[in-house]
Amino acid sequence: MLTINPFAELSANIPVYAMQAYVVVMFLFVIGGTVLDMLHKKSAQYFFENAKKAEKSAKRTVSGGEKTSLAISTLTSEVLTSSEFNNQKRRISHLFTMYGFILFVATTAIMIFAYPTAATPTPSIIPLLWHVGALSLCFGGYWFWFSIRVDVNSEGKKWYKLDRADLFIVSLLLTCTFALIWSALQSAGVSGWSTLAFVLFILSSTVLFVGVYFSKFAHMFFKPAAAYQKKITRADGSRENLPVDFDLTDPAVQAKFPDIPEYMGDNPPYMGLGIKRESPNHY
Amino acid sequence: MPTFVYMTRCDGCGQCVDICPSDIMHIDKSLRRAYNIEPNMCWECYSCVKACPHHAIDVRGYADFAPLGHSVRVVRDEEKGTIAWRIKFRNGKKDMELLAPITTKPWGTCIPQLAGESAPSSDMVNSELLYNEPKYVRMDEGGLHTLESNGLEIKEGVYY
Repeated sequence: MLTINPFAELSANIPVYAMQAYVVVMFLFVIGGTVLDMLHKKSAQYFFENAKKAEKSAKRTVSGGEKTSLAISTLTSEVLTSSEFNNQKRRISHLFTMYGFILFVATTAIMIFAYPTAATPTPSIIPLLWHVGALSLCFGGYWFWFSIRVDVNSEGKKWYKLDRADLFIVSLLLTCTFALIWSALQSAGVSGWSTLAFVLFILSSTVLFVGVYFSKFAHMFFKPAAAYQKKITRADGSRENLPVDFDLTDPAVQAKFPDIPEYMGDNPPYMGLGIKRESPNHY
Repeated sequence: MPTFVYMTRCDGCGQCVDICPSDIMHIDKSLRRAYNIEPNMCWECYSCVKACPHHAIDVRGYADFAPLGHSVRVVRDEEKGTIAWRIKFRNGKKDMELLAPITTKPWGTCIPQLAGESAPSSDMVNSELLYNEPKYVRMDEGGLHTLESNGLEIKEGVYY
């Protein structure tokens, strides 16, 4: 099952051009949904206005080279390793889900466009990666859904209580779950049930991509922009008007704030984790 | 004035939901980000502002300590054991910074042992002062309560 291209077998029943057209239409829906979402929320306008406001309180000018290195570090840190998450469990689950989704979507596109029929044999690594991607997404996604999700973890809601915010994660999880079930049933030769699983797979993937405007799918575009803007405000000293991150051992800081050496000594110790000691689930 | 959340900073971690003593910080149903569901009921305790790991929550400070339009931001760094405030006026000319050690005491250590106290006399009942007020705010003896006067010192492991 893991090394069989399920779309190649599907081409016996559905024309290749229909599969390819579906992928293209879904891609256009993602682009369109994201643009509409951006226009509706005025997020781009907000970012530019916010950046201008931050520039006014900047203490130094950030050079072009520095901006490039900040953009690269945003890419390697916040985007590729999801470092913005403070909760490590959530970060790990997000990495499984994100890389699972990327693998799943990329291999789906490769299989449908490069190896759509049995006449063009698929290298076994591609379907293998497709299955691994779906499994990884399911692992990270269900972990998030049942235990990490803030509604369950901090609000005390039951896992089956759905809101509009769940549109993205539920459709994402159902897409991969039904894809795996469809592939398993197809390999097992159970034709009726496999058709049902395929229909549900297409239905949930359609909801996922068509619902971009209504869901939080677009977060993958604005989150990196927000992380980059945050780095810029740290580099130019404006810090979103936050207090400076003082070095408590600095004599100048100690002279300015005499409570520090008086109560904490000249070399203040590490005071422990504080609020981070416990998970925020005291509902 | 109540708290508000910068949606682009919030990652929906739930720290503010967990800590809010009024239970008014909740998770938005369409974006899964935190928001203040009942601004009228917010008493600006700053618990959520300090608890937010991304500094995504802000408060419009009252006009009694700075003209409207100012920015008041706080960082409670428990690992350093300090609390830092920055108050910036809207014209940017006044930009104050304050830094002090966190002096929050361990949970449950400051519960008054009222069973051991004597009942208030009629003078005390008729007085404008609250029960045992002179004693607790030290109006009757010595100066104000401080860490030193209470024989306390800051230890590792800041509690909340």
